[in-house]
Amino acid sequence: MSKLQIITKGIIKENPTFSLVLGMCPTIGVTSSAINGMGMGVATMAVLIMSNMAIAMIKNVVPDKVRIPAFIVVIASFVTIIEMLMQAYVPALYASLGVFIPLIVVNCIILGRAEAFASKNSVWDSALDGVGIGLGFTLSLTVIGAVREVLGSGAIFGYTFAEGVMPLLFILAPGGFLVLGYLMVMFNKIAKR
Amino acid sequence: MKMMNILIGENISAEVLDGFATGSVTVQAITLVAIVIGAIFVNNVVLSQFLGICPFLGVSSKVETSLGMGMAVTFVMALSAVVTWCLQNYVLVPLGIEYMQTIAFILVIAALVQMVEIVLKKVSPALYQALGIFLPLITTNCAVLGLAILMIQKDFDLLTGVIYQVSTALGFALALVIFAGIRERLEVEDVPMALRGVPIALITAGLLAMAFMGFANVVPLP
Repeated sequence: MSKLQIITKGIIKENPTFSLVLGMCPTIGVTSSAINGMGMGVATMAVLIMSNMAIAMIKNVVPDKVRIPAFIVVIASFVTIIEMLMQAYVPALYASLGVFIPLIVVNCIILGRAEAFASKNSVWDSALDGVGIGLGFTLSLTVIGAVREVLGSGAIFGYTFAEGVMPLLFILAPGGFLVLGYLMVMFNKIAKR
Repeated sequence: MKMMNILIGENISAEVLDGFATGSVTVQAITLVAIVIGAIFVNNVVLSQFLGICPFLGVSSKVETSLGMGMAVTFVMALSAVVTWCLQNYVLVPLGIEYMQTIAFILVIAALVQMVEIVLKKVSPALYQALGIFLPLITTNCAVLGLAILMIQKDFDLLTGVIYQVSTALGFALALVIFAGIRERLEVEDVPMALRGVPIALITAGLLAMAFMGFANVVPLP
């Protein structure tokens, strides 16, 4: 597999949201606006790249039996670092993502990539895999966030164009499920033809 | 919680205290009832807080397995409420290392789930038979870690925290069982190809979430 393929496969073929259906909680929980979705995606991508690299480095040292707990500690450490950085530099985003930032630890995408890719490949390839899957996740979250923001609050990336006329439902809980469901139908129609 | 704070506030006049002295237990009970109803219906963990969606979509295709999963989660969440509350208030806060919360909690929860599995196997094989297969899945259930963090953020005392977590888990079980019932019916329906599997499940969940929105403002939220 070429280096470029490692990156691009995460965007369509192994898209973590639409194709692998992983990490559903943040996908629905934070995407009430495009900015929130993008912020969550970038935070997850940062954790994913760093944890993938760290795990690829330690893969030969860690005994097989305790590998899952060891991976979780590595991931949790990076999540804590990201959490502190976000609290310091983007406090508004930190506040609106709330409990979903510490919950990056239990995002199945990250442990899934650690187990399926980083524990078998080189450090450099694992970093690229993190970039690819991370980009796929960020893109999906941004698209879902944008659709919900347009439909629910008549705005895009915070710029309002139709105030107070759109059905609020789409930025509330049911809208998250519905928009993700219908986007997945479209993805299935287009990408899996 | 506000009502309780007013009650035990320092600048309360004697008459008010007398009037409420006999009723204070009742007021606390009412607050707890509000927390229970709020956690099960109004702020349902899956349908309005978006935690635990993975098992919600993955496990819930039969009513029986959903019930098993719901029971297992309730059991683990009650235990994890006690353990994480003690960990936060007797270890992390006295040592001044609250920033270690995420790492400490996930490790404790993972260890707890393992331990529950081992103990159940030895002590009660019957219960292990019923809940056993669901236990490994619970470590990656973000509702357990999420609720532990939320419980600390809301600054509950131990009893309130446990009641909050147990009722949240019951809400999870309720959503899971209702959803499984719907999906059992869906299986015999002729669903369009592109909608089969996860998409139709998500759309169903969306409709269910709409139904649960009807519970909003039923109780004043704690």
